[in-house]
Amino acid sequence: MLKKLLIVVVESDPDRAQAIADGLGDVGDHDIRILAEHSALARRVAELSPDVVLIDIANPSRDMLEELALASGPAERPVAMFVDRSDEQLTRSAIEAGMSAYVVDGLRPDRLKPIIDAAVARFHILRQLRAELAATRAALEDRKIVDRAKAVLMKARGIDEAEAYALLRKTAMDQGKRIGEIAQQLVTAAGLLGR
Amino acid sequence: MIALRLGYLPLVDAAPLIVARELGFAAEEGLQLDLIRLGAWAQGRDMLGAGLIDAAHMLVPMPIGQALGLGPRLPDLDLVMFLSHGGQAVGVSTAIETRLRAAGHGFDFSDAGAAGRALRGAITGPLRVGVPFMFSTQLELIRHWLGASGFSEDDLHLKTVPPPMMADALAAAEIDAFCVGEPWASFAVERGIAALLLPGTAIWTSPPEKGLVLRRDFAETRPGQTGALMRAIWRAGRWLDEPDHRGTAAEIVSRAEYLDLPSELVERGLTGRLLVSPAGEARAVPRLLAFNAGAASFPWKSLAALIARNIALRHDLPPEGAMQRAMGHFRTDLYRRHLRPAGASLPGASLRLEGMIGEDRTVAAERGQMILRADSFFDGFVFEPPIPDSSIN
Repeated sequence: MLKKLLIVVVESDPDRAQAIADGLGDVGDHDIRILAEHSALARRVAELSPDVVLIDIANPSRDMLEELALASGPAERPVAMFVDRSDEQLTRSAIEAGMSAYVVDGLRPDRLKPIIDAAVARFHILRQLRAELAATRAALEDRKIVDRAKAVLMKARGIDEAEAYALLRKTAMDQGKRIGEIAQQLVTAAGLLGR
Repeated sequence: MIALRLGYLPLVDAAPLIVARELGFAAEEGLQLDLIRLGAWAQGRDMLGAGLIDAAHMLVPMPIGQALGLGPRLPDLDLVMFLSHGGQAVGVSTAIETRLRAAGHGFDFSDAGAAGRALRGAITGPLRVGVPFMFSTQLELIRHWLGASGFSEDDLHLKTVPPPMMADALAAAEIDAFCVGEPWASFAVERGIAALLLPGTAIWTSPPEKGLVLRRDFAETRPGQTGALMRAIWRAGRWLDEPDHRGTAAEIVSRAEYLDLPSELVERGLTGRLLVSPAGEARAVPRLLAFNAGAASFPWKSLAALIARNIALRHDLPPEGAMQRAMGHFRTDLYRRHLRPAGASLPGASLRLEGMIGEDRTVAAERGQMILRADSFFDGFVFEPPIPDSSIN
């Protein structure tokens, strides 16, 4: 019987953290702890002394974990960078998925790989969802600002909505910019001119 | 147009990358720069290693830590030029500020010896100092200054705190002091929780702060793109070192897509006009941050050796081998090859005694003469580098 692994997931968004924990639950009976990030992270991770720490690659708190990975002698290292031990492809796929993993020295690769694979899969999905959400938000913002820009043009030049939109689109194409950017400039300028 | 992806962290010293893109220095070289804002220093290192970015704005000691085997196993990373010197400030909590003032310290923001003695007198027990990374110029500055001011190893607890979180860590009393790059020192003052004791340049006149780091395989197999990128950034640095341009630079760098902070706050570090306390005391440090002047971008191998020796001693590695390995990752050869055509002044040698230049000095260059920046330490420290084993670069 293999010893249960203690896996710490550092993630402040509870839904995201749960999704990752669920994914890990599918690949084995592990003890999974979720830490919402905060500034005493390094100390709390050191206290828990986990076998694996999973954290978003862009999380600023990572730099604190790097300190743990370097702390004291190799024998006492609570976490080491997993890339020291595993194959390059695994490392690359984790980084591409936006994930970083810190792993205790001496953890067997055959126990580690399924965990990393499962986490990478979840990180991929979550990253994609987040990108889609951001794109949707940006599109909505753009639409709102384009509507306002159209209104400014219609009033200032006495043209109809279709003409106003065509004018915005042409200007954007001529300048090689997004229509949202042109609309923003127009609305800002109109605001300055008090119109 | 060739597109290159560059990673940077939100600090004023990312300005050469931002200006290279925004003012067309990159376009003149046929490059389109995609600037990717990163959340962690380790992220830049890892993404660069995995080839997800082509170059990174990185703390100068980071590629040295990598070279010494103290990071994850990644392809070789080389520093091809410095992006900046200085730009850091040391700050203390308002509680320590009160004690220092009570003991008669005037926050002159210039005398590192006096500030160190005052701090030594005001602190009992360990001093917890936030630095941005375990391999950072900030850590080197703090260790050198406080080590020379009577703080022992046990008196100093250095803690990693990402720059944007430095003020929070001080507010939460997790640290007592910090050394951080602008605008994050001024940000803590603006929040009313810190007073600035010294600029980094009061400890070491010209501390190398950020470097442009590339994968060695990229730099060697794509010399055209590497050279174009270096020249674009070098010209951006030269533009930035015109004093009249710093205000404009602050406007550009502070935009929402870059630092996303008030330009007034960003301007302080760029112009060297800082407010050192929440009460609004102003101090002028004309040479707080340099990008290009006085051969600032030349990646002296002797600086690689100096930092490598310090890191090796802290991590129980043999210093001699560490210095040799680190020197191989500071690519003075690529600097000469790619910046000579742009007209950069090139020193005759690639290593020198560090800490010897008290005031800017005119020296012989590859062609004609050039000015070297002052680089002395507050305590007169001088470092003599070893001779490189081989002249590979």
